[in-house]
Parts: sequence; structure tokens; C-alpha cells
Amino acid sequence: MEPNDRLSLDAWANPSSSCNGLPRKMSLENPSFTNFNLQQQEQKWDDTSILNYGIRSEPPPFLEFNQASESEYLLSSTCNNQPKVLDQEDGLNNEALQTSKSLDWDPRAMLNNLSFLEQKIHHLQDLLISTAGSLLPSVKHKLSTGPPNGQLGELLFPPLAGMNCVPQPQHGSGSKAVQPQCVTGSKVSDQCNQMDVTGSFGAEQNLSIEEHEMKEEEDADEGENLPPGSYDILQLEKEEILAPHTHFCTICGKGFKRDANLRMHMRGHGDEYKTPAALAKPNKESSSEPVIIKRYSCPFAGCKRNKDHKKFQPLKTILCVKNHYKRTHCDKSYICSRCNTKKFSVMADLKTHEKHCGKDKWLCSCGTTFSRKDKLFGHIALFQGHTPAIPLEETKGPSLSCDKMDGNEASNKSGNINFSFGSNAGGGAQNIIEVKEDADDPARYFSPLSFDTCNFGGFHEFPRPTFDDSESSFSFLEAP
Amino acid sequence: MKRQKTSETNANNGNLFDLLSEEIVFTILDFIDTNPLDRKSFSLVCKSFYITESKHRKNLTPLRQEHLPRILNRYPHVNHLDLSLCPRINDNSLNVISNTCKDSLNSIDLSKSRFFSYNGLMSLALNCKNLVSIDLSNATELRDSAAAAVAEAKNLERLWLGRCKLITDMGIGCIAVGCKKLRLISLKWCISVSDLGVGLIAVKCKEIRSLDLSYLPITNKCLPSILKLQHLEDIVLEGCFGIDDDSLAALKHGCQSMKALDISSCQHISHVGLSSLISGAGSLQQLTLAYACPVTLALANSLNRLSMLQSVKLDGCAVTSAGLTAIGNWCISLSELSLSKCLGVTDEGLSSLVTKNKDLKKLDITCCRKITGVSIAYITNSCTNLTSLRMESCTLVPSEAFVLIGQRCQFLEELDLTDNEIDDEGLKSISRCSNLSSLKLGICLNISDEGLSHVGMKCTKLTELDLYRSAGISDMGIIAISRGCPGLEMINMSYCVDITDRSLLSLSKCSRLNTFESRGCPLITSLGLAAIAVGCRQLVKLDIKKCHNIGDAAMLPLAHFSQNLRQITVSYSSVTDLGLLALASISCLQSMTVLHLKGLTPSGLAAAVLACGGLTKVKLHLYFKSLLPQRLFEHLEARGCVFEWRDKEFQAELDPKCYKLQWEDIAQ
Repeated sequence: MEPNDRLSLDAWANPSSSCNGLPRKMSLENPSFTNFNLQQQEQKWDDTSILNYGIRSEPPPFLEFNQASESEYLLSSTCNNQPKVLDQEDGLNNEALQTSKSLDWDPRAMLNNLSFLEQKIHHLQDLLISTAGSLLPSVKHKLSTGPPNGQLGELLFPPLAGMNCVPQPQHGSGSKAVQPQCVTGSKVSDQCNQMDVTGSFGAEQNLSIEEHEMKEEEDADEGENLPPGSYDILQLEKEEILAPHTHFCTICGKGFKRDANLRMHMRGHGDEYKTPAALAKPNKESSSEPVIIKRYSCPFAGCKRNKDHKKFQPLKTILCVKNHYKRTHCDKSYICSRCNTKKFSVMADLKTHEKHCGKDKWLCSCGTTFSRKDKLFGHIALFQGHTPAIPLEETKGPSLSCDKMDGNEASNKSGNINFSFGSNAGGGAQNIIEVKEDADDPARYFSPLSFDTCNFGGFHEFPRPTFDDSESSFSFLEAP
Repeated sequence: MKRQKTSETNANNGNLFDLLSEEIVFTILDFIDTNPLDRKSFSLVCKSFYITESKHRKNLTPLRQEHLPRILNRYPHVNHLDLSLCPRINDNSLNVISNTCKDSLNSIDLSKSRFFSYNGLMSLALNCKNLVSIDLSNATELRDSAAAAVAEAKNLERLWLGRCKLITDMGIGCIAVGCKKLRLISLKWCISVSDLGVGLIAVKCKEIRSLDLSYLPITNKCLPSILKLQHLEDIVLEGCFGIDDDSLAALKHGCQSMKALDISSCQHISHVGLSSLISGAGSLQQLTLAYACPVTLALANSLNRLSMLQSVKLDGCAVTSAGLTAIGNWCISLSELSLSKCLGVTDEGLSSLVTKNKDLKKLDITCCRKITGVSIAYITNSCTNLTSLRMESCTLVPSEAFVLIGQRCQFLEELDLTDNEIDDEGLKSISRCSNLSSLKLGICLNISDEGLSHVGMKCTKLTELDLYRSAGISDMGIIAISRGCPGLEMINMSYCVDITDRSLLSLSKCSRLNTFESRGCPLITSLGLAAIAVGCRQLVKLDIKKCHNIGDAAMLPLAHFSQNLRQITVSYSSVTDLGLLALASISCLQSMTVLHLKGLTPSGLAAAVLACGGLTKVKLHLYFKSLLPQRLFEHLEARGCVFEWRDKEFQAELDPKCYKLQWEDIAQ
């Protein structure tokens, strides 16, 4: 317990020292600490979820977290860095919560922490609004309109999943914030609309079938021909583009690619999210100012989609940017598990392909596959030397060795049977004929010679040519 | 003949044949090709003959696959290999063949073989570059990969794939691309092949002459490209139910080079579709419309333009008199007409048709039950050049009409009078047809030995005689036949109950006899059959069902002498284990029907079927199935033998005289 205690104490020490003036403010908002626990139930969801979070964060990960080395690193970073760093802050929060659970309740430290966070939130809010809020309309929206408590809740929890994404300068994490090329005066609501477009685009894409069709769609704005000055160009950094999700649940931190999906998800968190208003696309009509068209530039230098390219062709939406960047400038790391040949850099492409993989079974010798047989045959009819390619089959039919084994067995069996014939055979005749085991030449199972030794009464008058070897070996040759 | 030659050689005490060049000996050998036994005797004369014969032989029909390496070494110049008697050809055999024959092989028949796969075919295609002909019919287990192997045979010209049910368009596509020189391809019953495969054949194989697409699920889509084939002469579309008038109507022109067209059983093609199919096909010679559209005036008129037409087959079609009359009014004279089983053939229609077609050579009016003596009078009056007349079951034709046939159609070579009212007078008249080679008199209850004796005396070229259930025939008639017709090859005297061993003894002089059927002749014994066995060494098919007096004593000589016997039916006879085992030593024997043999034990049967290595079909009573180990049957089936199980009760024979009456009762 010793290091643990020390750690938590240390952890608390830093933020509280930097935010000394806050506790009073907090205490004003939450007048009595004794009430706190009681109020919690009546308070907003974020408070209850504080509890939840604390409970959730207790199990193993945090036990490990408490180990000396890791926590030391954490501590040092907290000490050295500015307190703005979200992830560390988050870690601190967790730490704090855990300590608050495991250790004695320390309201002062808690308050300190809360007020510190509030400050942080305001800071963040400003930053977000002024920068790439467009990426996170929902979060931003909440940030700009929600009550401080809500913000507190939001920030306490989602960042764990969202730290890669939240457009926020982060120190040491390697990801940079979106840097708008030209600062726009557009409102948050405009950007929300913009995101709606993206969302619906995503849905379309989901429906589109062929991989190349998708690509065509990406290029579909080529013919748009917007005059160069008529739109704003945004260029996201590649790290931003490659971040997995853009919409995050403010309660549980689950990430989504589409805001619509997030809204559907939110319904599971409480009745207040089931209202039509919450489900509707956010703030569609709230914008009265003219929409400024936004277009995007690919950060890859030399790319046609890069704004510095001579024949620059902008990308319509962020999703276009993401898909374009992954498809064009990234490794294709998703490999189809069915065919093991097709590779994709966009997971959706892989999924679309997998839906049809194996259906392209019509294969030409040139390697081209076709989803329809008539297309393949049209192709073959057209080109000289191309031929349908047939997948190898297993050889069928009994193998010879197996055949022979059977033969041996069967003849063994029959060899064990004694064939006794009636009185037809004369005095000296063999009454018992044993079928010899001779798998190589079934014809010899029953050699004519053995009949020669039999004396079949009354048939001496027929001339009986001797069955010499040559005769019997020819006998099978001729067939009229 | 060979013996004489040999003795002369020896008499002169010198090898005169040594003085002859190999080519001359080959020419001599060419002349003794008719009977395989002669060639065998020739090769057995001496070593040099043996070698000469080995070099000369081009065709080989082996009976057992086990001996293939040896015989292929013996006959290095074989170019046609018929493996239809080897049911057990597997990949190893094909490997041996391809490695031994190499480029000399140009034709192979695998139509009755199973057990081989694409591996063997691939080896064949790669090693035998000169292969031009492959018969893969009945290879029901071959898949597209096998077809792809066949496609490696780039020089292939003829390919039969009948009943290769698992080969699909993909395999056919490979063949179409690989075998550009194809002239003939038969895809009958390849039910997995559709328009695409056939269309690709037509696109890629421009040399196609003959195309058999029977019973394929094809539609009109492949027809345009087929009809564009420059050299197509023979096309069979039998049972292509997917082709209909509507689609045919869209065809602009038919195939100019087409000579033979078969749209039998195409129910959806009427005269409208047919006329568009044959439009432009001015050189069409042969048209087969069996079981297809009704033969009406409209159809006849639509075919009017075919000036080269020689042969028309309308079997099983509904026929109107007007239609037949219109066919008669075509400006051409047909040489062959078949109206077998046509409904609606009347004296009126048929007579007006035959009066115009005076050059008719072959006429088939089987089961045209409405025609009477009037038609026969017209036929015999105008078609005096008839060589073939088939008129089974023309029951209304009176006995006098058959006299006319003998009087007027003296060039007849083939005459089928099964189930007719012909009597001895008629037979006497018919005996004038001195070229007669095939005569069928089954179920002719009015004929007797007297009439048959006339045939025996005059029709010396007779090779085929069917007397099935012609109960009036006895030894006298048969003796007359066997004396007068030494070239007899096939005789059926089933249920001629009066036949005795005397007939058989005299028939044993007909050394070319290869098919002998004497079912239900209770009087013949082992002795008679033994004489047949000794005299008729070329016997291939033997049916002695219900000959109760034939037993093992006949089987033993059969086993010795009838080394060409392929098919035997010994049901209801007195053959026992011993006889069956003796038969098993005939290496050619392929089919055996063994039902209701009292003296047959399970172990005897097992020994016989095991010993008879070439068996492909055995018909047995179900009773034995439980008595013999399953492993035995499995083993035999793996060798290529198929078992057919029968569960018939033992049947006592009916009175032959009342057979026909009973049959008529059933018919009514």
C-alpha cells in the first residue's frame, strides 16, 4: 500500500497546486459536501456516471496502472507537462477516482480536481470553437451550449477513447490538431450542416456495391468545376485523417464514424436521447447565414487532390478525404480472408468486397475475373488465346494401389471358400477348386488348365487344343 | 485359307514370303481383315508372320487393360485404340498408352471406360500430339478440368462428349479455345452446357462440320453464331426444348452448307420456325423431324424449296393425308422416307406420296396400323427399287399383299415383316428377293417350314433371320435355312418350341454365326448347343433362357471354343456352378444374365464372377445379394462390373400359340 498511497498523493499534489484558487468556486456551486452524495442521484447523468466510471475503472487495468514504473512515467509527465494534456489529465482523473474509492474520501482534493477540470474545459471549448470544430460537431455543440456540469461529465469520460481524435493540441502524443488553412467565420451550426452532408454521404457509400464504384464516387466531384475562389479549402493532417473515428459517445466513449449512428447509440443511454429533437439531425435550420462551400485538400504533396497541385481537384467531404488518403497513400493492410489476394486500405472496401468475394468465380486465363459467366465468355470470344480458367479439382476415382488392395482382400475371401461341385465331375475330378490369390491377373483366377485336369464325362469327343501360353495371351487381343 | 498358305510354304521348303517385300505382305494382310480370327491364325504361323502382323496392325480393341503395356509394345504402329471393351481404364492405363504410343496414336475410344480422370487425359493430350479423335461418351464423372485437359490436344478434330453431365460451359470453353481444328463435336446430354459454351464453340472452331447438341438446355441465343459456321453440314438439335418459333423467326438466314438437320422432339418448333431455320440451306439432304411438329400441308409446303432433299424422317409425328400428298408433290423424289409410328397415315395419303416418289429406296411404315393392302399395292407398284421395307405390325395388310412385295420389289435387302399376316405363299414370293440379307418374321404365326424352306433355298445372302415366336417353324425350316444361307450371322428362334437339336446341328455349319437366340426352346439340349459352340467360333451373343435341357455339358465346350463370346443369358436353364465357372474362363465375356438357376450356389456364383475378369454387367436374382458378402460386390464394382438385381418370381412358360391372343387382349 505504501507506494500506492504515495502515488496517489503525488498525483493529487500537482493539479491542486496549480489550481489552488478553485475549490471555493466549486464549493459555491455545490454548496454542501454532505449533500453531494445525496444530490448525486438527482443530479444530471454525468454525476451518476462519475460513479459508474469510478466503478468501472477499478478492475485490473488500474491495478497494473499502479505499478511503480508506469505510474512514475505518468507522474513525471504530469509534473513536466502543462496541465492541458488531456490524456494525462484523464489518467489523473482515473487515478483520482480510484484513490477516492480506495482511500479515504478527500473532498478537498476532489473539489480541486473538479475546478481544475472546469478551467480546462473552458480552455478547451475556446480552442475547439476557434479551430476544427467541424470534426466534432456533436461534441462541440454540447460544449458550446451545455451546462458546465455537462461539460465536466463529458470531459471526464470520453477522452479515454477520443484522445486521438479530439481536435486539441496534444503534447507528446504525436497527433496535431486540425489547422485550418483559412479561418472561417462560419458558425458552428454551419459546420454541423457540413457534417450532415458527410453523414449522408457515408450512408450512400455504405450502399454502394463495387469498390471501384466507390472510387468513382470519390472522383465524382471532378466535374464540379467550382471556380477556385468560391470555396474554402481545408487540409487535414495525415494523422487526423487516419484517426479511426470522428463521433464519440459522451457517456461511454464509444466511437462512431457517423453522427447518425452516434445518435442512434445515444438512445441506449437514457430517455432524454429518444426525443425527436435529439434524434433529428442537429440544428439544420438554425443557420441563416449563407453557407460557405468547403472543400478539402489532401495533405500528400504532389497528389492531384493536394491544393498545391496544378490541376488541383478538391475533395468534397472529410470522408472523401479519409477514403482518398487511405486508398491512395496508405498501405493496403486489410486482406480478404476468403481470397487472400485482394487488399484494401479502407475497411469498408474490404467488407464490400467480402460480400462479393467468391462471386467473381468466372475466371479467365489472363487473370481477369468476372461476376457473370456471359461476361467471361464475351471476353474469351473477343480475345485470341484467352481461355476459361478452371480451378483445380481433386482427382477422383479409386487409385490403383487401393484397387489392388481390395482385390487382394476380396480374393482372400473367395480363396477361403471351397467350391464344391455336384456329381458332374468324374471320378478323378477335383471336387474342390480353390481360387488362387493372384491380384495381378484376374484372368488367371481360373485358369483353363485346371479344367484340363478335370474329367468331364462325355466330352472327350471334342478336340481340345492345348492351352499354351501364346494362345491364352492372344485370346484377349482380338475382338471382332 | 491360312492353313493352306502355310502348308504351301512348308511344301516348297523355302520361305517364299521372305522374297516378298513387307508392303506386299501388308497388302495381303489388308485382304484378310474381315475376320479377326484369320489375322490371329496368320500371326501364329511363324515368327516372321508374327512380326509382320504386329507391324501391320493399325486398329486395336483390347479386352483387358492389364495387358495394355504388352500389347502396345507388340503393336507399335497402332493408331486407333478402341478401349470400349475395357471398363476399367484408369489414369495409369492412359499414362501407359500415352507413353507407349506417343505420336503414332491418332484415335482413341474411351466411351465405355470409367475410372480415369483429367490426369490421364492430360498425359494423353500432351504426349500424343497427333490425336485427332477422342470418344469420351458416358464419362459421367468427368468435370471441367478433364475438358481442360482435352483442350490440350491441339490437333483434335473429332470429340464425343455424350452424357458428360458434369462438364459445364467452362470446360467446353476450354475445348473451344484449345481445339481449333475441331470438325465434329457431340455434346449430347451434356446438360450442364448452355448457350455460352455452344456459342463459344461456334465462334472459336470455324472448321466444325458436325455438331450434335441433342438435349442441351440451349436457346436461340447460340443459333446465330452456329449458323454462321462456314462448313457446318450436320447439326442435331434433338430435344432442344429451349428453341422455339419466336426465336427462330428472328434468324436472318440459315446455314448454306447444311446437309443434315435433326430437330427431333423439339416440341416448340413448328413449320414456321423450321422454315426460317432452313432458309438458305439449299443443299439440305437429310431432314429428321421425329416426334416433332405435325406434318401438315403447311409444313410440307414450307419444305418445298429444298431441292436436294433425299431423306426425310417423320417418325412419330402426327400426319395428315394432305401433308403426305403435298410431300409427294415436291418436285424432287426422295430416296428415304420414314413414317414409323406416325399417327394418321392412311392409304390415301401414303399412296399419293409413294406414287410420286418412284426412286424411294428405303421406306419405314412401322406401326402404321391404318394402312391396308391398297397401300402395299401402290408401294410395290411405284417403288420397285426399294431395298429396305420395314412394316412391322401393319396389321390390316392381308396376306395377299405380301405376294406383291415378292413379285415387284426384288431388290429388297432388308425386310421387316414382324407381327404381320404373311403366310407361306407370301414367303415363297418373297424368296425371289435374292439380295435379301435381313429378314424379320417375328410373331408371324401363319408361316411354316414350307415357306421358310423357299427362303432358305433362294435367299443365299441372308445374314439375319428373326423367327421370334413364329411358332409354326420347326427343324425342317431351320435346316433349309442353314443349308441355303451359309453366311448367316444372326438367328433368333426364341419360343419356336418345336426346334430340336437337329436344327442346332445343322446351324453349326454356319461358321459366321455370331448371335444365337433360342429362348424357350425346351427340346434343344446341351448336345445341340455344344455343336454350335464347336462350329460357330465367332459366337458373340448367346441367349438360352428357358432352355431347360441345356446344362453344364454345353457350357464346357462353349468355354473352350467360343472365345469371342461377350454376352450370355442362361436364366432358367440347367446350368450349375460348374458351367458358370467354365464360362468364366472366356476372357471376352462381359455380360451375364443368371436368373433362376437351380444348381447355382452362392459360392459358385462368387467364384464365377470373380474369375471372369472382363465382366461389366451381371444380372442376378436379388436372393444372392444377401447371401454373398458385400465386400465381394464392392470389389467387383471397383473392377468395373455393374450388378442388376431382379426380383422376379419363377415364371412358367405360356402356351406359345395363345401368346399373340393374349398380347392382343392387352393391346385392347
